[in-house]
Amino acid sequence: MQDVLRDLYQEVILDHGKHPRNHRHPPAANRSARGYNPLCGDQVTVYLETDADGHISDVAFEGRGCAISIASASMMTEVLRGKTETEAQQLFDDFHRLCTEGGFTTEQAGTEDREALERLQVLAGVREFPVRVKCATLAWHAMTSALAGGDETTTE
Amino acid sequence: MALATDTLTEIGAGSNSTLAFDVERLREDFPILKQQVYGKPLVYLDSGSSSQKPRAVIDAMSELLETGYANVHRGAYYFSQTLTDRYEGVRKTVARFLNAASDQEIVFTRNVTEAINLVAHSFGNSLAAGDEVIITEMEHHANIVPWQLLRDRIGITLKVVPIAEDGSLRLDAYADMLTPRTRLVAITHVSNVLGSVNPMKEIIRLAHKAGALVLVDGAQAVVHGKVDVQDLDADFYAFTGHKLYGPTAIGVLYGKASLLTEMPPFLGGGDMIRSVSFSETTYADPPHRFEAGTPPIVEVIGLGAAIDYVTAIGHDAIAAHEAGLLAYATERLQQIDGLTIYGTAKEKAAIISFGLEGIHPHDIGTIIDREGVAIRVGHHCAQPLMECLGLPATARASFGLYNTPAEVDVLARALEKVKELFG
Repeated sequence: MQDVLRDLYQEVILDHGKHPRNHRHPPAANRSARGYNPLCGDQVTVYLETDADGHISDVAFEGRGCAISIASASMMTEVLRGKTETEAQQLFDDFHRLCTEGGFTTEQAGTEDREALERLQVLAGVREFPVRVKCATLAWHAMTSALAGGDETTTE
Repeated sequence: MALATDTLTEIGAGSNSTLAFDVERLREDFPILKQQVYGKPLVYLDSGSSSQKPRAVIDAMSELLETGYANVHRGAYYFSQTLTDRYEGVRKTVARFLNAASDQEIVFTRNVTEAINLVAHSFGNSLAAGDEVIITEMEHHANIVPWQLLRDRIGITLKVVPIAEDGSLRLDAYADMLTPRTRLVAITHVSNVLGSVNPMKEIIRLAHKAGALVLVDGAQAVVHGKVDVQDLDADFYAFTGHKLYGPTAIGVLYGKASLLTEMPPFLGGGDMIRSVSFSETTYADPPHRFEAGTPPIVEVIGLGAAIDYVTAIGHDAIAAHEAGLLAYATERLQQIDGLTIYGTAKEKAAIISFGLEGIHPHDIGTIIDREGVAIRVGHHCAQPLMECLGLPATARASFGLYNTPAEVDVLARALEKVKELFG
């Protein structure tokens, strides 16, 4: 088996893909948005509960898709809790660079939560598969859309 | 297994046409098949989406550009006149290919999508609110959306024939759906997802009995066997060049002369007129009435070369070869644990949609790509069908005249690797 495939489909990703965390619809969610990839039909709906201080107190998702999009959504829900809108956006910016820029390292990141970014590093294998970057970022796009008050986003 | 229908060529047990069919020799005609992908030989199993091109087509187009290109229908000079003759000659080639009664019944379009939109406007605009157009659950978006737009324009009723469990059309439901208000049945000859071959002659007979016309989307059908529009008694029949080993941006709409003559233009512009003044414009006769503007000249010449190429090999030989591939691939893939084939109609073209248990088609596509295998994954421009099947997507292997049983083996081994990777 080729190494680049092993890099893309690491155990952690396969595990999250098969057993996604926070795959539910929280009743107290006050923001949500659907992410849709028209290329492959993948769709995820991201639910956020934000508290009075603007912190994300709960984050979950529902949806169906490939191993990469589901694993990425699952891992996203694990790293966003407690973050402010700005912090969440910053983490997405760093994560996006991680998925697209070959030389990008966590040292160059803007986020203060290096540990979160290091956990997400496992998805960086998509760099070698440009059409799959949209899979890895689908839930993140939905999350930022939900924070911005939108209800749908597509990865054209 | 034969690709047998009342319209596509049936290969009898005693046929010797396969003897003349040498796939290894034919593969030499397709330069791209020598390409490697990630260091592996290309195994191209996406001909249902778009087929590869033989040298004959590539040469016909590049030679034209290098030695004889000009505009058609306009010039009084040598190149324009000779190319106009060649261009109109391809119309005759297409007419023979479909066994149309006359080349006046052959309209060049950009693709099947444009051909269907042409009918939806030039014929469709004559319909009244409450008139019915019948489509089916297995249609490509190209044969759904133009009718929805027509519905929104004039209030026609759009009815959808369901499919059976095996992916074949529910002919009983179709027969019940025809009413005196049914004006048109717009239906695919062969499903691009399931491979099901529809019993077109019977479908058309029933429609005509009810007083309705029939438009056939033949994009997948002309590739796999002989189509005879007169034998079918089709009113409109559309196909595209790029799935038939020809270039992109050239499609064909066949329409019965009696219908085309009565239809107003679709697009307006040069080439489709008899005379133009600011007070009044009169239109050319069909087919030119429906060909506004400078046409895809080089592509038409390429289409002619593609039809000549396919015709020289022979529909029967191609159909027999593909039927053999379909039978072998079906058997080989069914041996893979956890693999499900979607679409098991008795009459089926060489198209196999499938899924692997617990693994998304997109992941399958990415992984086997690294083995050099090109297949289509996704909804295949048939989202309503995906919804009927209860699937977000499928993987689809579609075969062309150049594919081999050995390539089926490469696909099967690649799918085993997918399973291995996913544990």
